[in-house]
Amino acid sequence: MTAIVELSEVHKTYKTGSITFEALCGITLNVEEGEYIAITGPSGSGKSTLMNILGCLDIPTQGSYLLGGEDVSTMSEKDLAVVRNKRIGFVFQQFNLLSSMTAQRNVELPLMYAGIHAKERHTLAREALERVGLGDRTHHRPGELSGGQQQRACIARALVTNPDIILADEPTGNLDSVSTHDVLRLLHELHDQGRTIVLITHEHDVALESQRQVQIYDGLLSEGPHV
Amino acid sequence: MTFLETVRTAFTAVMGRKMRSALTMLGILIGIASVMLTVGLGQGAQQQITSQINKLGSNLIIVNSGANSGLTVSNAGSAANNRTRFTTPLTLNDAAALADKNICPDILNVAPVSTTTTTAYNGSTYESTSIVGTTPDWVDVTARTMTSGRFFTGSESSGGSMVAVIGATTADNLFGSGTYVVGKSMTLSGQSFTVIGVLNSVGTTLSGNGDDQIVIPAGTYAQRFSTSTNMNTVSTILMEAKDKDSLSAALQEATTTMYVMHNVTAAAPDFTVSSQQALVETIGSLTTILTALLSGIAGISLLVGGIGVMNIMLVSVTERIKEIGLRKALGARPSVIMLQFLVEASMLGLMGGALGILLGIGAGQILSKAISYPVIISVEATSIALTVSLVIGIVAGVYPAWRAAKLAPIDALRNE
Repeated sequence: MTAIVELSEVHKTYKTGSITFEALCGITLNVEEGEYIAITGPSGSGKSTLMNILGCLDIPTQGSYLLGGEDVSTMSEKDLAVVRNKRIGFVFQQFNLLSSMTAQRNVELPLMYAGIHAKERHTLAREALERVGLGDRTHHRPGELSGGQQQRACIARALVTNPDIILADEPTGNLDSVSTHDVLRLLHELHDQGRTIVLITHEHDVALESQRQVQIYDGLLSEGPHV
Repeated sequence: MTFLETVRTAFTAVMGRKMRSALTMLGILIGIASVMLTVGLGQGAQQQITSQINKLGSNLIIVNSGANSGLTVSNAGSAANNRTRFTTPLTLNDAAALADKNICPDILNVAPVSTTTTTAYNGSTYESTSIVGTTPDWVDVTARTMTSGRFFTGSESSGGSMVAVIGATTADNLFGSGTYVVGKSMTLSGQSFTVIGVLNSVGTTLSGNGDDQIVIPAGTYAQRFSTSTNMNTVSTILMEAKDKDSLSAALQEATTTMYVMHNVTAAAPDFTVSSQQALVETIGSLTTILTALLSGIAGISLLVGGIGVMNIMLVSVTERIKEIGLRKALGARPSVIMLQFLVEASMLGLMGGALGILLGIGAGQILSKAISYPVIISVEATSIALTVSLVIGIVAGVYPAWRAAKLAPIDALRNE
């Protein structure tokens, strides 16, 4: 098995005026290809910071991060944008679908930034939407979709670029239990098909859906389920 | 992301906030429309003047008595000099000297002109009009033609014949419109004149209403209307240069001849030589200055409109922080975000400009009908206006777009 994510001794320090706050104090984490891992932790534990670094939305103050063998810890914003586009599929708690666009156009968005032609884009986006069970909802706007459907559209958007990892940040945080079940089942299926999934959550039972659980507490990681 | 897709995205964003976009565009719209209208009026005035000069003969040179009548072309003495000096009137001798081809080879025709106003009678119908006493060359010098009848001859002019050529308006007022007036009689200052011709219609020109006048032979005028003790006195001498190129030479010859005839020097002239061309150029440059000034004032509203676009774009960036964050997370490079907002701002500018041009053209049409004055909206003005509105959009968009581009994705994505 090859490691997709290799974090070693990652520190992240925030400075606000004279106050220095160390959000991550030396995180080392490997995620293998095809692994389904859940990161849990209470608020203020450094969970969001870790998620931002894993998602290449931010870079570590110290330490190295290899994503698919590529060192992304010192990249410029311009190069990080390309890495995010190619290697990461985001699933957000708030879905973050653009309300002015149809589900189809929303799913096409990352492909647009990848410079893929319209025709191929349409095909790929439709396939992704069909994959998540929204084949009949392609021309609906987010406002016309239920929460569960919106989250599935969001997963379709994360899938469409065929990324190295799917990074799901509290994907069930805004959903009722039925939709939660739906989304978790979908993630399961994707994992069964060989996708690498990193799930970030503070919910126990959600974390237990995964293959492997890690805890973050005060900026430090520990393996194993929460006790 | 291709440029076309960026344009589409921007269009969606602009259309997604119709009311706000419309209000933002309004600033540019009003600015462009008022500049278009001002320039249109200016160009209309310019064209009006050009057509008038052509009506009057573009090679026309005018000699007036007295220095410094305002728009002088040959030099003039200081005003202080003139006030204390007796002004020698112009005479037929001056005209004869100017007409001498040996002295003034570049002057084609010379027409001494004397004018006064009087009342013309046709039975009980009467009209107050101006009387012009001149020679047959007048027709050529002023570039007039006859719609009916003929102009008087040289012998009629010197012999003092009781004949008259009248303007179209005078003919209508005196004899009724549509009447054939050649051969009819009218009474001027108690004396009967025979109408022998009607002049073409030229409308109002820089030298007054060219259609409401009675032109009679110079000899007749001297005998019957002259108020001066010297019957040779004339009010103005009109001349025509050979062509446009010899205009300045003709002007110079006329000036020199007049110095000799009046025995004065360039330091203290007692006459003024001006050309129609120079008059028109002076008025034209005044019009240009006025147009530029008014356009400048209108341009300030464009500036305000541009600031409006910038303001709205800044608000838009702040409002759409999450959208920007999402786009960045999905792989939009900073330059792509920058371009998206720039295109959006340019679109606001361009759409405002296009609507402003339409409004300017529409208002120009209405205005030109309302004041019966031409408003000319040229292709150049339109394309410049469009370019300017685009540039305003781009300039106004740079700062907001830069702000959007440099937003850190985590800050932009942070919920709540």
